[in-house]
Parts: sequence; C-alpha cells; structure tokens
Amino acid sequence: MNETNTDVIQGTLDMLILKTLSLEPMHGFGIARRIEQTTQNVFKVNPGSLLTALQRLERNGWLNAEWRVTENSRRAKIYRLTPTGKKQLENETTDWQRRTAAISRLLKAEA
Amino acid sequence: MAVLQQLLHGFRNLARRQHADKNVADEIDSFFAEAKAELEARGLPPEDAARAARIRLGSATALHEQVRSYGWENIVSGIFQEVRYTLRRLRATPGFTVVSVATLALGLGATSAIFSVINGVLLKPLPYVHPEQLVALWMTAPGVKIPNLNMAPSVYFTMADEKRAFQAVCMWTSGSTSVTGRGQPEQTPAVYATHELLPILGVTPQIGRLFAAADDNPKSERTVMLSDGYWRSHFGGNPSVLGQRILLDGNAHSIVGVLPPSFEFMDRNLDLLIPLRLERAKTYLGRFSYSGVGRLKPGITVKQADADLGRMLPIVMQRFPAPPGFTVKMFESARIAPNLRPLKDDLIGDIGNTLWVLMATVGIVLLIACANVANLLLVRADGRQQELAIRTALGASWTRIARELLLESVTLGVVAGAAGLGLSWGAVKLLSASDLVHLPRAHNIHIDVWVVLFTLVTSVGFSAFFGLIPVLRYARPQIANALHSGGRSMSHSKDRHRVRNLLVVAQVALALILLVTSGLMIRTFRNLRHVDPGFTNPHEIQTVRIGIPDEQVKEPERVMHMEQAMLDKIAAINGVQSVSITTAVPMGGEESNDPIYAEDKTYREGTIPPLRRYKWVAPGYFATMGQRMVAGRNLTRAELFNSSSVALISENTAREMWGSPAAAIGKRIRSSVKDDWRQVIGVVADEHIDGVDKDAPTLVYWPLLQKNFDGDKVTVQRYVSFVIRTPRAGSPSLENEMRNAIWSIDPNLPLARVDTLETLYDRSLARTSFTLILLAIAGGMALLLGIVGIYGVISYSVSQRTREIGIRLALGAPLTNVTRLFVHNGLLLSAIGCACGLAAALVLTRWMRSLLFSVSPADPLTYFAMSAALILAAALASYLPARKATQVDPVQALRAE
Repeated sequence: MNETNTDVIQGTLDMLILKTLSLEPMHGFGIARRIEQTTQNVFKVNPGSLLTALQRLERNGWLNAEWRVTENSRRAKIYRLTPTGKKQLENETTDWQRRTAAISRLLKAEA
Repeated sequence: MAVLQQLLHGFRNLARRQHADKNVADEIDSFFAEAKAELEARGLPPEDAARAARIRLGSATALHEQVRSYGWENIVSGIFQEVRYTLRRLRATPGFTVVSVATLALGLGATSAIFSVINGVLLKPLPYVHPEQLVALWMTAPGVKIPNLNMAPSVYFTMADEKRAFQAVCMWTSGSTSVTGRGQPEQTPAVYATHELLPILGVTPQIGRLFAAADDNPKSERTVMLSDGYWRSHFGGNPSVLGQRILLDGNAHSIVGVLPPSFEFMDRNLDLLIPLRLERAKTYLGRFSYSGVGRLKPGITVKQADADLGRMLPIVMQRFPAPPGFTVKMFESARIAPNLRPLKDDLIGDIGNTLWVLMATVGIVLLIACANVANLLLVRADGRQQELAIRTALGASWTRIARELLLESVTLGVVAGAAGLGLSWGAVKLLSASDLVHLPRAHNIHIDVWVVLFTLVTSVGFSAFFGLIPVLRYARPQIANALHSGGRSMSHSKDRHRVRNLLVVAQVALALILLVTSGLMIRTFRNLRHVDPGFTNPHEIQTVRIGIPDEQVKEPERVMHMEQAMLDKIAAINGVQSVSITTAVPMGGEESNDPIYAEDKTYREGTIPPLRRYKWVAPGYFATMGQRMVAGRNLTRAELFNSSSVALISENTAREMWGSPAAAIGKRIRSSVKDDWRQVIGVVADEHIDGVDKDAPTLVYWPLLQKNFDGDKVTVQRYVSFVIRTPRAGSPSLENEMRNAIWSIDPNLPLARVDTLETLYDRSLARTSFTLILLAIAGGMALLLGIVGIYGVISYSVSQRTREIGIRLALGAPLTNVTRLFVHNGLLLSAIGCACGLAAALVLTRWMRSLLFSVSPADPLTYFAMSAALILAAALASYLPARKATQVDPVQALRAE
C-alpha cells in the first residue's frame, strides 16, 4: 500500500459518502473502494468509521439501505441517496467549496 | 424530523437488540467478502486474499463494537445494564438490602407523609381566582387589650361605601338554622353573608342567580342558596327547587340558587348560604362579632390596604352613633386599628408552626436512617476493599467504581422511596379517616404530583448524599495501596474507624434532639391534663344544644318556661343525676365579651372598663359540672323566675376586681350604664372555657332570664345547651330519651351538638395529642436507630479486633477489662453525641415554644432524663456485643484470618 495515503480529513467522510452514492447505489466496501480509487489512494477509508458513518447518515434520513443480492450472488447492504440526502450533499459541497476557496486565498496571500 | 427518526431507530434497536447486532455482523461479513473477492479478482490466491482482507478490516470484534455502539440507545442500555448489575448485587445480600431499604423507607415515608400535609394545608393556594388578593378583615384594639378584633356592621358599611383599596368587601358569620316543615326538624349549618361573598370569591352558582344588594335588605323577601350536597340529599338534585320556599328558623326563604359542588369556604361546614340582612338605619358602633373578607384591587399589598383601612376607621366613628349607654369617645379610647391578613393565613391559623416542627422532626429521623445505611454501606465497602483494589489495579477507573458505589446507594434510595410513598399513602388515608386531628383544609391532603416529586427528589438526594461517604472513603485514586495491606488486618488504625464513629456521634446527637422534643411534649401533655378545667368527670356529662327562635315563641317568659319544662323532663330520665342549662359549654366555641361596671369603682369619662366573658346559666349549673363554689352561694330557681338582679363571677374576676373571692360577695355590677345593678351572690372556680391550653378568662355568670339588661326590658337566652350529668352519657338510648323529652315540649326543635363533654375536652387537646404522638413515634424510631447504630459499630469493631482480643486474653487480661474496653468505647461515642445533641436541642427547641404549655424549651429535667435514658440504652447496646468479645477463644482467635 502507498505510504502517502492518509485517513480521511476529519468531518469530510459524510460528504465523500454522499457524493459517491450520488453516482449510483452501492454497498459499504464499494463506497470505500470508490473513494480510494477516485482520490487515487490519497484517502484511506477506515471500515469502522465508514460503517458508523453509514448508520448515522441512514438515521438522519439521507440514505436508504436495503439487503440485496449483488451480481456475483453475494448478499450485501446496498445504500441509496434519498432526496434529502441529495440536498444535504449540495449544502455540504457549497460549504466545502467556500471554505477551501477561503483557505487557498489565505495561503496565496501568505505566499 | 431527524430527532424523531433518531428516536424511532433507537427504540427499534432497543426492542430488537439481537436483530440489530446481527445486522451489524452481516454487514461486516459482507464487507469482508467483497474485499476478499476484489483481492482475488486482482489475482491473489484465496488464502492470501483472505488474510489481506482481514488486515484491511482490523479486529472484527473491535469493529463490531465500534459500529454497534453508535446511537443514544446504547448509552441507555449501558445504564440499564449497570442498574441490573447493581440489583443483582443487592439481591445477593438480602439481609443488608432489606434492612437498609426498610430503614430508609420509614424515614422517607414519614417525610413524605408530613410533606403531603404541609403541601395540602400550607402550600396549595386557595381554590379561588387570584387568591393572593383575598384578605380577612381583622382589626385590633389595644385600648381594650383585644389583639384580634372582629368586623362590625358599622365598619362594613363604611368600607362598602368607600371601597378605596378594595374591589369589594363582605361581612359574614357562620351558625346554624333549624329547618322545619320538611319531615323531622333539622339543625342545619349555614353561613350568613352579605351579597358580595360569591363575587369576591369568583364563584357562580351552578343553577339560579347570585345574591344582589336587595337580598341584604331586611324589607325584601328572604332568600337562600343551597350547597350542592344539601340540594342532592334533600331535593334529589332537582333543578325545579328554584323559587321554592323552605322554613328556616320559622321564616319562609325562597331558594334562588345552588352552589357549585366544588364550593368551599373557610372550612365551614355549610349547607345553606343566607344573606346577612342588616338594617343600616339601626346600625350603631360596636357589635364586633362578624368575620370579614375582602378582595384587594390588583397590585395593592396587604400593607397598603391596612393603611387605607386605617384612614377609613375615623370615618366610621363620624358616620355611626354609639349604642345606648356608650359614647363615641369610648370607642375612640379603644384605639381600633386595622389588622388585615391574607385569607389563607387566617384559614390556616397557627398550625403552620406545628407542621414545620413535625417536618423538621421527620427530617431528623430521615438523617438518622441515612446515617445507619451509610454505616452499613461502609461495612459493605470494607468487605469489598480487596476486590475494588484489584479492579483498580486492572485498570478500572476510580470514577467507574465511584459510579458503581453511588448507583448502589441511589438504587437503594429509589426503591425505599417507592416503598416510603406507599407508607405515606397509608398514613394519609389513616389521617383523613380519623377525626382525631382537626387540621384546617384537611380535605386538601392527598398524595399528588408534588408529593411524588418531593419524595423522588429526597430519595435520590439523600441516597446520593450518604452514598458519597463510602465513595470518598474507597473510590479515591490512591486505593491501590490497599492491596498490600492484605487480609491480615492487625488492630485497625483509628483512622479507619473515624468515619463510622462520626456517624454514630451524629446519630446519637440527632436522636437526643428528638427525644428532648418528645420529652417536652410529654411534659406539656401532662401539664395540660393537670389543669383543672372547671369541671369533673367529663365523660359523665352529656350536652345538647337547642334554639327557640323569636319567630317561633315571642315572649321571653314563655321561652324560659319551655326551657324549664324541658329541664324537668330530662331530669326525670332514668339515670340522670342532675341537669342544668348554659349558653356556653366549656370548649364549645361560643363566646361573648362585654365590659363590666362595678358600683364601687369610678370610671374615667370616655373609657371602656375591661371586657369580661359573659355566660348565662340556670340553677344547678355549677353542681352539675362539678365546678367548685369558692365563696357565696348558687343561683336559686326563684331568683331565676323573678329575674332577680343577681350574678356570679369567677374567682379570677373576683381577685382582679376586689382582691379576694370573699370581698366580691355583695358587690354590685352591671353591663352598661343604663342597666340595673346586680348583686354578686357567688364566686366559682376558674373555668378554662377556651381549652385547657388557654388561660381561663375572667367570667361573669348571669341568670338566663333578666330584666333591664343591656338596654332591653326583658331578655331571655334562646340558644342554650343542656348539660346532663349521668353515667349514661354518650349512649344512643339517652340521646333518644332526651329527644323525646325536648320534643314533648316543642316538636319543632332540632337537637344540635349532641356530645359528651369529654369529646369536647379531647378535641381541645387534639393538636397536642397529635403532635405528641407523632413526636413520640419519631423519638422512638430515632432511639431505636441510634441504638442499632451503636450496637453495629461496637459489634463490628469487636469482630475486627478478635485477634487483638485473643492476644490480650492470652497474655492474661481479665475478661472484665476486655468488656470494659468496648463498653467504654460505646459510652464515649454516645457521650460526645449527647453533648452535641444537648447543645443543638437547646437552640432548636426554641422554635417549638408555641407548642409547649407551662414548660420551658430548656426544661432541665427533660434534658437530663432524656440524656440519661439515651446513655443507658447506649451502654446496653455496647455491652451486648462487648460480651461476645469475652467469649473469644485466644487460640482460635490467633489462628483465625
């Protein structure tokens, strides 16, 4: 495994999960793998954090979960984004962009 | 929305714990399977893939724990688990649990019961709108030494005209009226009030109309309002009663309304509400014999209203004339001033002090109970010391152990609180079932939300408090060193016993306070029983009250003859030794005060001589009551029927006016300056007519039939009580024969207040007996708990020092020395406790001064006797376990442990 990959930035895991699920419904491992792949292994998703986050998001009504049989005939809990989850993702995305923009402006100014 | 979902999920998981667990496990399995499948797809052999996937997941158990611990329900179920564990531990030691729960339940139950009384009587607001605006209209007249002066018509009329600080005022009085023309005549309790009463209280009749000003006018038609209970029992709840007429004291009254079922007023037993009809044109100053109630304007304080009434009182003197024989100046010399008080205070009276003393008492019992349980908990924690030390060594945080110990005591407290609530429920039932105590607002005493809340808070509060004692002792961070002190405890250091000793000292001190208070009550009760009330053998005296209203028999002489005829009929009843008549039976509540002028005294112009209690009697009254004749002679029948100008006075009146009973004989007195002079023919022993705990008032006894008295040509007393001395007093058969005797003269007379004098006597002692009983129970409980505490500490110390005793005995110490060692210890503790208790009692008992009767709160005898009793009990409590020490076999003791 790559030495440079790190744990997900504190507080962003929810947003990453929501974003990942906005592409298509997925099971837990699928989400972890997708995040790692898309970020080119910059982020490493801890299974404990992931599964706890999924529970939390489900309870907040942003995800629906359902046990289903996957294409390779294994049972898996498939998560799907709900309309409120979609709205939440939009909110978090704008929020995040505002913050990163601010931070990069700050960093540029320092330089 | 989110909160709701959180709750729903949580409950679902709580309800289906296993399902939720399996769900988590399944998901972890599926995660593992997917990870493995992916690695296999990348070309790893299955074993390597499985291992890599497992590494990726980390410890499956830890993962499972992490994921399933999410959610509030897990915190809740964690607490449940701890409580379950605590309960299991308590069940494992049933002896300890039962004793501590029972001890605490007694303390909590007593506290909760007294609180429910305080809550119902003192704390609950009156059941009217804006009850804080309601005031009782009282005045005071320092000029004639009357601290609480009632309302008078002249003051009422002036206040009703002026209003000022008041929205409205009402004058009322309670009494009874005879209802005739509907089957048997009945004496029915009634309140007579001016028309403002119901509007002031904010009450509207359930049917019919309110009284109007016209109803108070003596010239208008007489009207009446029924209580809900009377309406249902006498008219079947029929709404057509409106407009019907009933005969009250022989006069037809038209029914205008029915009061609502919830109506209550000043604890008066009220079946009828009748307008108080006063003729304004004939109103004089004086007749201060009514009660008053007023509603203040919003925002006005009682103090402001007081000042306002103070400005109105001089107007009263200008607007109304003095009655015949008096001058306005005389009234001014009485220096009448306002003395308003909130209506609730007036209703409650002085019971508040008694109740708070009782509350303090049960609070002390509760503290003692807590000390006992704290002691037990200490012993228990002592036994667990090694376990706790090992757990600390294995990494249990001390906060966790502290939580466990606290949870144990709080669980005990809550269980005991529930049991105590049950006890208190029973006690309140018992209290309301017995009419031993005449508490104001007694119908308000229930176990309600506040009582439950109070019990819960006290249970948790007190149990957390005493639970902290072992926590501070054993759950401190430095506990680890207890490990190496090992089991071979040598003689314990003083420090280990200090907390326990302190608890025993506190218990003894608290117990002594309670013993002293109950001792003072016992002395009070004895002193009261020793007061000569002015009668003998009250259980042999039957009383019954009748009234012959004006409307029924007009001529005073005829009334007197009727009363005499009844007297003769009753005297003929089998077993009656003697019978007579009076207007005021001792402790019966009738009261009439007026000034007395003596012929040989001079009175300064415009002043009123001291007021005396008036009472009217028939011949033979004093003999029937067993009231001693001090000087002179009794009234004769001839003097009564000739309306002779004679009177008798009580010994204290004679001493106050002429120095000695003998000197009073032959002196002449009268009630007003227009009356005939009346000769004092006899002086009788003092009579504690208001109750044995009250001073005997200075009394004047007049014959029932009088000429030229108080401005009237001929007067007769129409409302009188028969007093009958007979061994049959109190029996239903006697009551029947009395009724027949009275009805043979007039079948329209209802009989009221059929009682033995003993009932009245006991009732006058009721509050003292009630306080005494409760204090004695509390004192007994305190003594018992205190002794158990000493016994426990000494036996524990004996059991802990077996080894030392063994060594002492082996070295040849005499048995008595060993016994003395422990008894000495117990006595020392109780002596220190006694000293503290005595000091505390000296300070605290000052608050119960008003409950005591001719005994000082610092009564040395009580203090001495109670300390001696306590020390004696303590000596016994330490001797019993100490004797066990002497049965120690030295060889066994040294081998033990």
